Formats: sequence, C-alpha cells, structure tokens
Amino acid sequence: MSYILSLTTFLPILGVLLLFFIPKESKSVLRGFTLAVTLVTFLASLLILFGFQTNAEFQFVENVPWIAAGPFVMRYNIGVDGISLWLVILTTFIMPLSVLSTWKAVEDKVKEYMICLLILETSLIGAFISIDMFLFYIYWELMLIPMYFMIGIWGGKNRLYATMKFFIYTMVGSLLMLVAFIYLYMLGSQAGIPDFSVLHFYNLRIDPTVQVWMFLAFALAFAIKVPMFPLHTWLPDAHTEAPTAGSVILAAIMLKMGTYGYVRFAMPLFPEAAHRFAPLLATLAVIGIIYAALVAMVQEDVKKLVAYSSVAHLGFVMLGLFAFNVQGMTGSMLQMLNHGISTGALFLIVGFVYERRHTRLITDFGGLAKQMPIFATIFMIVTLSSIGVPGTNGFVGEFLILMGGYESELRWWTVVATSGVIFAAVYMLWMFQRVMFGELNNPKNQKLLDLDAREIAIMVPLVVLIFVMGVYPNPFIEKMDPAIQKLVAQIRPASMNVPVLPVSSQSLPVGHPVMPAQTGAEEPAAHSGMSGQLPAGHPGMTNKGQSSEPVVNPHESK
Amino acid sequence: MFDNVWLIPLLPFIGFLINGLFGKKIKNETVIGGIAAAMVLGSFIVSSMTLINLLSLPSEERLAEVKIFTWITSGTFNADAAFLIDPLSCIMIMVVSGVGFLIHVYSIGYMHGEEGYYRYFSYLNLFTFSMLLLVLGNNLLLMFVGWEGVGLCSYLLIGYYFHKKSACDAGKKAFVMNRIGDFGFLLGIFTLYWYLGSSHNVWTIRFTELANNSHLLPTGGIVTVITLCFFLGATGKSAQIPLYTWLPDAMEGPTPVSALIHAATMVTAGVYMIARMNFLFIRSPETLTVIAVIGACTALFAATIGTAQNDIKRVLAYSTVSQLGYMFLAMGVGAFGAGIFHLMTHAFFKACLFLGSGAVIHSMHGALHHAHSHDDAQDMRNMGGLKSKMPLTFITFLLATIAISGIPGFSGFFSKDEILWQAFSNPHHGSLNYLLWGMGALAAGLTAFYMFRLVFMTFFGECRITPKAKDHLHESPMVIVLPLIVLAGLSVAGGFIGVPKLIGDVIGGIPNYFENFLEPVFKYSAEYMAQHGAHSGVHSHALEWGLMGGSVLIALIGITIAYSLYVANKGIPARFVAAFPGLHRAVYNKWYIDELYDYTIVNPCKAFSQFLWKGFDVIVIDGAVNGVAKTVMGFSGVFRLMQSGLISNYAWSMAFGVVVMLSYFILK
Repeated sequence: MSYILSLTTFLPILGVLLLFFIPKESKSVLRGFTLAVTLVTFLASLLILFGFQTNAEFQFVENVPWIAAGPFVMRYNIGVDGISLWLVILTTFIMPLSVLSTWKAVEDKVKEYMICLLILETSLIGAFISIDMFLFYIYWELMLIPMYFMIGIWGGKNRLYATMKFFIYTMVGSLLMLVAFIYLYMLGSQAGIPDFSVLHFYNLRIDPTVQVWMFLAFALAFAIKVPMFPLHTWLPDAHTEAPTAGSVILAAIMLKMGTYGYVRFAMPLFPEAAHRFAPLLATLAVIGIIYAALVAMVQEDVKKLVAYSSVAHLGFVMLGLFAFNVQGMTGSMLQMLNHGISTGALFLIVGFVYERRHTRLITDFGGLAKQMPIFATIFMIVTLSSIGVPGTNGFVGEFLILMGGYESELRWWTVVATSGVIFAAVYMLWMFQRVMFGELNNPKNQKLLDLDAREIAIMVPLVVLIFVMGVYPNPFIEKMDPAIQKLVAQIRPASMNVPVLPVSSQSLPVGHPVMPAQTGAEEPAAHSGMSGQLPAGHPGMTNKGQSSEPVVNPHESK
Repeated sequence: MFDNVWLIPLLPFIGFLINGLFGKKIKNETVIGGIAAAMVLGSFIVSSMTLINLLSLPSEERLAEVKIFTWITSGTFNADAAFLIDPLSCIMIMVVSGVGFLIHVYSIGYMHGEEGYYRYFSYLNLFTFSMLLLVLGNNLLLMFVGWEGVGLCSYLLIGYYFHKKSACDAGKKAFVMNRIGDFGFLLGIFTLYWYLGSSHNVWTIRFTELANNSHLLPTGGIVTVITLCFFLGATGKSAQIPLYTWLPDAMEGPTPVSALIHAATMVTAGVYMIARMNFLFIRSPETLTVIAVIGACTALFAATIGTAQNDIKRVLAYSTVSQLGYMFLAMGVGAFGAGIFHLMTHAFFKACLFLGSGAVIHSMHGALHHAHSHDDAQDMRNMGGLKSKMPLTFITFLLATIAISGIPGFSGFFSKDEILWQAFSNPHHGSLNYLLWGMGALAAGLTAFYMFRLVFMTFFGECRITPKAKDHLHESPMVIVLPLIVLAGLSVAGGFIGVPKLIGDVIGGIPNYFENFLEPVFKYSAEYMAQHGAHSGVHSHALEWGLMGGSVLIALIGITIAYSLYVANKGIPARFVAAFPGLHRAVYNKWYIDELYDYTIVNPCKAFSQFLWKGFDVIVIDGAVNGVAKTVMGFSGVFRLMQSGLISNYAWSMAFGVVVMLSYFILK
C-alpha cells in the first residue's frame, strides 16, 4: 500500500515497456492492452482515493534521495493531499476513455500512439503528486513531448504549425519558471533548506519585491498553460489539429496543470505577490470569460468553439482562486474537475461526429437529433453541464466561485463574470441548435449511424458523473476541504507579520487589507500566527481570507 | 407529520426517469401517458394530505422544514436539499400538482399519435418535478435549482418540434432571456448573503432564517439593490417588461405546454419568489414602486398587443403577460396575498383557456388536414361558428373568459378587484396610486375586449373554414373535455375561498379564507408596515364599492365594444385598420420591440464578436505571436550567414577579433 502512488504513476510506463513486445500489426491487441493498462491504473488510483484520510496533510508520501550532486539534493518526494487527489483521479479516469475513443480514429502508427498516451499519463500523474519541485519540473516538461508528437503526427492538416505553436508557447513560460525556480533554490539554500521540497519553500519568507518577479515568472508559465487571455491563442489551434484523444487529454487534464500550478506553487510560495497581482489576474480572467464566450459564439468549427469555451471556463477557475477564500477555492477545484468531465465529453462528442462525417463545420450539420437520438440526448446533457445548469456538475463549481468572488475584494469583477452565465447559454445552445435541430437537409447526414456500444460506454461514465457531482457534490468537497482551508490560511498575506518595504505596501491595490505595518519586533510563526491578529469573533477569521479587513471596505460605503 | 413531503417532487421525477429511459421501448401511449399522469396525481394526493395536515395546526405553527440531505457545504456556505412547508408553498404545490395533473390527462389525448410521445411526457414530468422543487425549496439555492430546471424544461418543450427552426429559435430565446434574469437572481443571492454575513455574521440563504434576520437589513441602498436584482430575475421568468418577448414566441410549443408552463405555473414563479421574500421587498419602497410600475405597464402594454393578434394562442400569450403584470402590480403595492390569489385563479382560468384553444386547434388541424388545406389552424380568421360544433369546449371557454374579464361572481373578479383596490388604497406610492389604478382598470377593459373578441371570432358568426373541412370539425374526446370542465368549474367557483371582506360581510359574513390562511407568511411585512407605515392607506367602504363598480363597468364596456365590432357591425375593424394603418401595423407587429432588441443588442453583439475573433484574436494577438516568431526567424537567418562553414571566413574573423582586442589593451 505504501508504494501505491509510485505504482499508479509508473503502471503506464510499465505498460509502455510491454507494448514494445507486441507486434505493431496487431492493432486490436495494442488497443486492448493499452486500455487494460489504463484501467488497471484507474483501479490503482481508486485505492488512493479510498485510502485517503480526510485531512490537510500529504498522504502516501514517498521520500527518498534521488540525485545528490554536491549541494543539490533532489529527492523523489511525492504525495497527495486534498488538492491533488481529485486531479489524479480525474487523470486516471479520463485516460481509459481517451484510449477507447481512439479505437477507430487512429489506424496509423497505433503502437506509437499508444506509447505516447501512456507516457503522457505517467507525466500527468507524476506532476500532480510531486512534492519535490525539481521532480515537478521534470514531469511538467516531459508531458510536452508526447503531446507534441500526438498533435504533430496524428493531427489535422495544419498540425505542424499548431504543434510548434503549442510547444514554443509552453516552453517560453517554462523557461522563465525555471529561472525563478533556480533563484528560489538559491534563496532556499541560504536559509538552510536542504532540498527542493515545496513544503520547505512554503516556510521561506521571501522579500515582497523579490516575490513579485518570481511570482510573475511562475504566473506567466502557468497562465500560458491555463490558458489565460491574452496568451490563449495556441489553444484553439492545438485543439483543432489534435486527434480526439489529444484534445480530450489536453482540455481535461493538461490545462489543469496551469491552474494547479497556481494553487500549489505560485500562490502559496509568493502570497504577497499573489495578492498584489490579484486584480490584474482577475481582470484577465474576467476578460477571458466574456471575450472567449463572444468569440466562441461566432466560431464556424465546433471544435474551435469548444476550445474557446475552455478559455471561458478556466477564466472562472482563475477568478475563484484569486478570491482567496474557501468558497472560491473550493469552487475552482470543483470547476477544474467539472471542466475536465464536461469539456472532455464535448471533445469526445465532436470526435464522434468527425469520425462519421470528416468535417466539423457547423454549417455542414443540422437536424442530427432525428437521425441520432441517443447521441442527441448525451450531447444535450453535456451541453447543459457546460452551461452550468443546476443539477449538473457545472453549476456547483461556478456558483461557489462566483459566491466566493463576490465575498472577496473582487466583487465588481465577479459581477461582470456572472454575466458569463448568459453568454455560455448563448453560444452553447446556438451551436447545439445548428448542429442537432432543424431539418435534416444535408444528404450526407441522412445516413449517419447513432452511437455504437463502444461510444456509449465512453459517454455513460461521464454522464453519470455529471449528475452525481451536480446533485451530491459534498463527498467531493469534503475530501478537499481541509487542504483548501490550510491553503487559504497559507496564502493569507504574511505582510502582516513580515516587515514590509514601504514602497511595496503603497503600491498595493486599493482596498488591499494591509494592516498597520508591524515591524518584526516579535517573530510569529510564519503563517499560523495570523489569525490571532484579527479581532476576536470576526466572521472572516476562519474563512474569509482576503475580505476580512475589519475597518473599511471601499465597496461597502456606496 | 410532514415526513412524506419528499414524495411530492420525487414522484414526477420517477415518472421522468421511467419515460425518459424506457419510454421508447414501452411504445404504448396509454401506458406512457398513464404513468406520467399517475405520478403527478400521486403528488397531488400527497400535497392534499400535506395541506390537510397543515390546516390541522394552529395558524402560528404552520411552518415546517424537512431536510433530505446536505447538498453543498463550503466554508461559511451551506445549502441543504430541504423543503419548506408553509401556507404559501402549500398553495403552490396544490396548484402545480392539481392543474398539472389535469394537463397531463389532457395531454394523453392531445398528443395522441405524436412522434416522441414518451419524450413529451418525460419532459412534462421533469417540469412538474422542477416546479415543485422551486416552490418547496427552503433556501434560495434550491429555489434556484427549480428555477433553472423549469427554464430548461420550458426550453425543451418549446423546442419540442425541433425540426422547426422557429420552435428552436423560440426555445433558445426563452432560455437566454431567462438567463438574463438569472444573472440578476444570482447577484441578488450573492449580495444578500455577503451583506448579512459580513456585516452581521449571519451566513444563510434559508428563507426562515432570512425572515428572522430581515430586520438587520437597513432600508434604502443595499436592500433596494438586492431586491432589484431579484426582480430582474422575476422579469425574465415571469415575462415582464423588458424581458417579456420570449413568452409570445414560446407558443411554438404544444398547446398543453403553453397551458401548464407558460400560463399556469412556471411564469408565476417570479410572483411566488417575491411573495416568498416579502419581508425583503417590503423594506425597499423604491423597489416596490419599480415593481408596481413595471407590473402596471406590462399589464396595459401587453393588453394593447393582444387586441390586434389573429393567432388564437398569441392572444392568450399576451393575455398571460398582461395578467402576470397584474400579479406584479399586486406585489408592488404590498398586496402579496391578493397577488397569490390572482396567481391561483389565473392558473384555473388561463389553463382552461389555453386547453380550450388547444381543443379548437386540434379540431381545426384535423379538419384542415382532411381537406388537404394549408390554412393556419391557429388563425382565428379561419375559425368562426365553432359554438355548435364544439359545444362543451365553447361553454367551458366562455366561462373562463367571463372569469378573466372580471364579471362579478367569477373567480377572476375577486382576485383582480382585490388587486385594483389595493393599488388604489395602498400606503406605499402616494398619488402614483391613482395612475396605477387607472392603468390596471384600463387594462381590465382591454382584457375584456380582446378576450371576447377572441370568443366572438372563434365561436360565433359563420364558419370561415374551407367548406370541405367544415364537416370534419368535431368535439374533442372526453380525455380532453373532462379537464376543461374541471378547470371551468374552478374558474367559476374558485374565487369564493378568497372573497374580499367588503363583499363577504354583505353576503353573510364569509371570511376571506385565502388571506387568513396566508397571513402567517406575510406577517413580517405586515409588522414592518405597522411600524413604518407613515400614513395608512385609504379606508372607505363607499369608495371601494365605487371603484369595484367602476372596474366592472369598464369590463362591460370592453365586452360591448367587442360585441359591436365582431358580431353586430363586422365592418368596423376593417375600416378602423384602413383609417389608422400605421397604428394597426405597430400593434399587430407587437410595437416592433423584437426588432428593436435585434437592432440594438443582438446584431451589434454578433458583429462585435466577429470583430473580436477575426480582428483581435487572429490579427492582433496571433499577429503578435507570429510576428515574434518571424522576427526570431529573421534574426537567425542573419546569424546563419555567419556560420558559412568556410575555414577562411572563420580565420579572417578570428584575426579581426585578435586585432581588435590587442589594440584595446595596447591603446588603453
């Protein structure tokens, strides 16, 4: 049991090794075997889920020295907490479905394709469970390679442009992150931190001005991955060119790497800077929500439309994170899962249609509901989930994000973001109408077959989760709640405890809850000493993070 | 005592699952329709038991909350799946399940032979479930779930004939307009929750707790913002100005759907929501004024459009918008009980009218089909003289028409008159009251006019349908007629449970059961008014009698005009149109409001989105990205030249470098 995390991570790699022994002509064996590997990985991850104790700590920790070169000690240090747990499960859950979806779509170089998928799985799981930041960085870069090939080899017409764009965009961010990361290590070694464990870096109190630069480097890398407006243009291209499974994994899991990066690294490592840049990032997030929705509305290609809808959805996630309170963060974490499920499902759906008609142009369709009733029903459910209709998963996350945002400093941002619920309905329903409703005029559409058993088997688990997470989200929330509470406490501005440079506190955004500067006469424990300084009985004490300023709220006086 | 109330929404949901999952295999229409109707009947029976249980309690104890499970907990936020039983929710579940059951029964006959019969009934059951959830939810979020759920079902059912573009467009329009309202609803929840929480440490969205803590909300600013946000939600759901335009289009759905969703139940959700949160709305005189004015304007405005429509369902649709305006007028003048009373009577007579029109359309459609005619089965210009062909439909339709017109003794009279009197005499709006009353009374006259115009055009005079089709016109089967009879009965007699005190005293001391029953729900606002009522309203029996007589007179005038125009002197309407072509065109085209929205909002929005995509995303952002790439490539192109691979070149540059460095050190 104690090696269950490593087992889950490396089962796919083990599968890759065995795949080498399967002749590449026996495509169905390759497919079946890969499916089996991903299913076993999923089962292994369920052991993690069921063995997980509901608390804020990292569990199933494995921590052994790995590379020790002089003063550099990189450790194989992994573990899951409430934040990464569900993302790991999401990954192992999506993978078998992605493999199933390639059953007929990929006929060329099946073996290589499956190898790419499995390496991708290992790197995704690995990145989510890394505690050692160096290890994280390795996985973070590793996942680019299989995705690069998947788009570049099995992609559409314009695949080379798309895959280069995807790769270079991400690399630019990663390199900046690497620089900041090395600097962070140097700061750490000065403070006597022996290794790369992020838990050690959490306790490092970095000068706020330095934080700014390091935060920006991390934030940029993650913002590209999310992707946030205006760094999003690689996504529609990558999605349109990628094969179905690539799109599904990209949207459902890889984009979460960006938001996860904020939650795990950028925000808790550099809390002051995170607070300082919250208005900027929230602005970009809100622009992303509205902008991507509007652009999605006028897309002619279904897949591009879904890609833009991703940008809008992840805008919500970012907004929730920068609310700095429990509701917002919980909503964001849920929304990451929800987006994985519903957007993953949407890409699968687009894939089904594409396999039948080899086109994704909305104008080529119309009236499919009559010909494909099962498909229509599932498509409708997924569409509703993407819109965020109550009863489906999309609603709970979105609601908590908006509620958290509204309670925080980001009230006016949230008001604008809330209008996103209107646009989401517009672009999704309009697309659905043009594809599924109306007369079945196009003769090429008149002989379309409804979903077969394999395709239904792919969609049923997703549809079930859409409803389960919408109707009974509490078990999901409960598991992540302690970790989120801890995180929120961690991100609470330590500027109250640490001597603050007068310059940086002046340049904080209006309404920022900077307490009267306390010159470090006493040295309170880095993050936990905070709560004692709030007035007793203040409602914000436990949950309200950012908006707990006791005296003046600029918005309230209106 | 209320342990089984969870059955009320659950039963229709089970029906939805059965028909939704297996309906296609069941195939047998009687079984499908039977299951659906039986589930709603079950809800109705449990609802009745709940009502009886509630009545057996003393009036101050008529409140219970039943928790099913914890839904969402995060930080300070908590929302349970829990139900609230009180007189208000009890009335609503009775109306929803009762009228809903009748419409289910009616649908069994009406939808006979339709493709997707099972789909229809599963949606209808899902709707009933959502609506019951909406009215039973004990907190704002659960109400919102029902609120969106009914909107979704409305979308699905309007677009039931999904091969028709007009139907799909109408469904989408309804959904989007509702979403605009939901935007307000959500902001209302957020603001309320945030304000009570951050300034008073009351973190709740439960109605009972909100009511108990409503005194913490100051009057003025914040409460006005909150209530206006909620009211925006109500205008979307209940089709009030400015978001009413979806409701007439919603008539694309099957007629029983129009009766259930777009007349009797869903569209009244906004009224219910305001009544549910009366303790909040009463604190903001500004919001009350807005609601009253919007309600009165909608009542009058929609009534004017109703006078010129020729599609039988469109007339009824505008009539619904107009009647909803009355309910909002009631809310806006603080007459919550009267508004809910009108909600109930309206559910009876409007459902009866819609179902009656459905019976007419059904019959017309069949007849035209037999005659291979392509005439419009819903156009009243093709009807006429149906009185003798469909006597039962005619009588029930006539009774409901009398009820909506406000003729004394019928249900609509009691509820409408109560609203008009309160509009005149309430203490909230000062001299604006006279205008509100005037608009309401005028709208009442118009209502009587267009409803009798409809009756005269449809049932009286000579039959204008093609002669070949005429013989195929026939009365509908009993499964359709029986619900009509029950609803007509309720339209006639339903008003007597809420006889205004003034009349009740005269006719032998009948108390106003309805208002007395609802009193505990509105006690917060009553207490608030008792404390803050600067001047209490007008109390004069003579005046009340006078106004009552006045409004009845106006209604009679409306009927008389309709009679003279459409029975006695049929030439006049045509001459009127000829005399004022512009006016007629404007009214007929619904004052061009749809076109106005298209030109000012929809089209600019689309154009702007196109610009964002093709102009900004592709040219600006991607242009920058590709520009950077090109620049880098350009530089590397230059640098590439340096690596020529020729030894002599390298030697020359090395020598040059050495010279430069040496000279630097020597000359330093």
